[in-house]
Amino acid sequence: MSRETTVNLLLALLLLGTPLLAAGLGEPFYVTLATRVTVLALAAVGLNLALGLGGLLSFGHAAFFGLGGYVAGILATHAFNAEPLFADIPATTSMPLIWVTAAAVAGLVALPIGAVSLRTSGVYFIMITLAFAQMIYYFAISWPAYGGEDGLSLSMRNAFPGVNTAKPLPYFLICYAALMAALLLFRAIEGSRFGSALQAARQNGTRLAAVGIAPFHIRLVAFAVSAMITGLAGALYADLNRFVGPSMLSWHMSGELIVLIILGGKGRLFGPVAGAMVFVFFEYVLGGITERWQFFLGLILLGIVLFARGGLLGLLSGKPRHV
Amino acid sequence: MSEPVLEIRDLRKSFGALKATDGVSLDLRPGQIHALIGPNGAGKSTLIHQIAGSLKADSGTIRFLGEDIGNLDMAARARLGLARSFQISSLAQEFSALRNVMLAVQARQGSSFRFFRQVTRDKDLTEPAMAMLERVDLAARAHVPAAELSHGERRQLEIAIALALAPNAFLLDEPMAGMGPEGSKRLTTFLDGLRHEAPMLLVEHDMDAVFALADRISVLVYGRIIASGTVDEIRSDPEVRRAYLGEAA
Repeated sequence: MSRETTVNLLLALLLLGTPLLAAGLGEPFYVTLATRVTVLALAAVGLNLALGLGGLLSFGHAAFFGLGGYVAGILATHAFNAEPLFADIPATTSMPLIWVTAAAVAGLVALPIGAVSLRTSGVYFIMITLAFAQMIYYFAISWPAYGGEDGLSLSMRNAFPGVNTAKPLPYFLICYAALMAALLLFRAIEGSRFGSALQAARQNGTRLAAVGIAPFHIRLVAFAVSAMITGLAGALYADLNRFVGPSMLSWHMSGELIVLIILGGKGRLFGPVAGAMVFVFFEYVLGGITERWQFFLGLILLGIVLFARGGLLGLLSGKPRHV
Repeated sequence: MSEPVLEIRDLRKSFGALKATDGVSLDLRPGQIHALIGPNGAGKSTLIHQIAGSLKADSGTIRFLGEDIGNLDMAARARLGLARSFQISSLAQEFSALRNVMLAVQARQGSSFRFFRQVTRDKDLTEPAMAMLERVDLAARAHVPAAELSHGERRQLEIAIALALAPNAFLLDEPMAGMGPEGSKRLTTFLDGLRHEAPMLLVEHDMDAVFALADRISVLVYGRIIASGTVDEIRSDPEVRRAYLGEAA
């Protein structure tokens, strides 16, 4: 077993063990904290596909995170008020249906955004993805039907067949399972033909084109799949907080997701997990001491960028190898 | 004579006032190695870029296998079977030599939208890729990242990638650059055998290699072809001697 596999397993066990222990000790707050780690990690796994494997620094992934959240919120609100969605289509509180819808909506919105943004690269790509996300953000703020600036509260968590989602631990386990599924998907894609082409597009797009694979199509599909995973995370986040608001769509959120990945290790399977753990840990521990905890997080980020480019995964398990 | 594989007519490309390609016409016929020579700055690489699709010509036509490819992008031209090697090695640096070639095999098979099967265990990719590395004597270095290969090895890898595309024509931009006399000699022998797989448009400064390999030579000076002919015709052309070969030839 490689060192990275060992580190990954330990991280997975740590993330699973902590809330189990906390639940056993009757400390539901820590279960919720672990769920927050899990859902943020899931969102970042999505971004890691575009950013880590494809080298696409999207500064607009909050759009997909927020869209996923609003899908959960809007469906739940309609279902709660027994209003059909449009015409005859009924709303639902079933999590699996909400997840599929959230991922589909995020993916469908990502296609046109990607099709425009991917005609550019570098700083322009960053700025265009940001601009699209901000458009959606301001749209959400100015649309009063679903709470506008105040956002939308869910009166209760959506339902999962056979599970009491209102309790912290079962809900954590649902999110944990989703995260593990996304990580398996990420690993499969990374080693697949598509993943090879995507990573080659990051390393040398001209080389990829010279063998006859158009980098644009590869990147566009990766961007959409990436958005789908982040959209799913958004739906889970809405259910976790029983609230969805424009803040999920704001550029702070996009920045946070990038920070998670840089902290944990760009392009590394468990990078987003390690990043989310550290991020939430600092948010909680430092946030308990000072309101200015983000200043200290900034210092740590500075240290990582200057001295440990591979992030935490790079520190713990060395350089990645592509044999 | 058989139909040309690649047919270029009156190609023009200017950068501002500089005419980098000034009415170039040339044919590449089956079984041929057509060498393109000329002094630095003559526009050889610019011409290769326009044929490969990384630059768009201002006017003129490029026909490949009878089809006008002037409006196709680089990837589409490669899919038609136009394989290029780069003047300065252009590889996926983090990937091993083998995975660089596997990428070409995968492109050749036209199957990049597969998301689950792991490439390292996919014999449809690894075996043909390894065979290509063996052909260029690079099999022993198959698992070394491209970034860690020596200059000469990277040149060999470029050739292996082009071979893996099973192309209809090769565009080789200074394959011998920086190879050293020993390496150049080996590569010359190797390219000699390749003309029967696909014809080759070869840009090269190494005159020993050019004279040993070429069936036809075109001499490009200031964006114009000033002479085109067999090796003997070019060697004895007074204008070519003055413009390029100097007294040494």
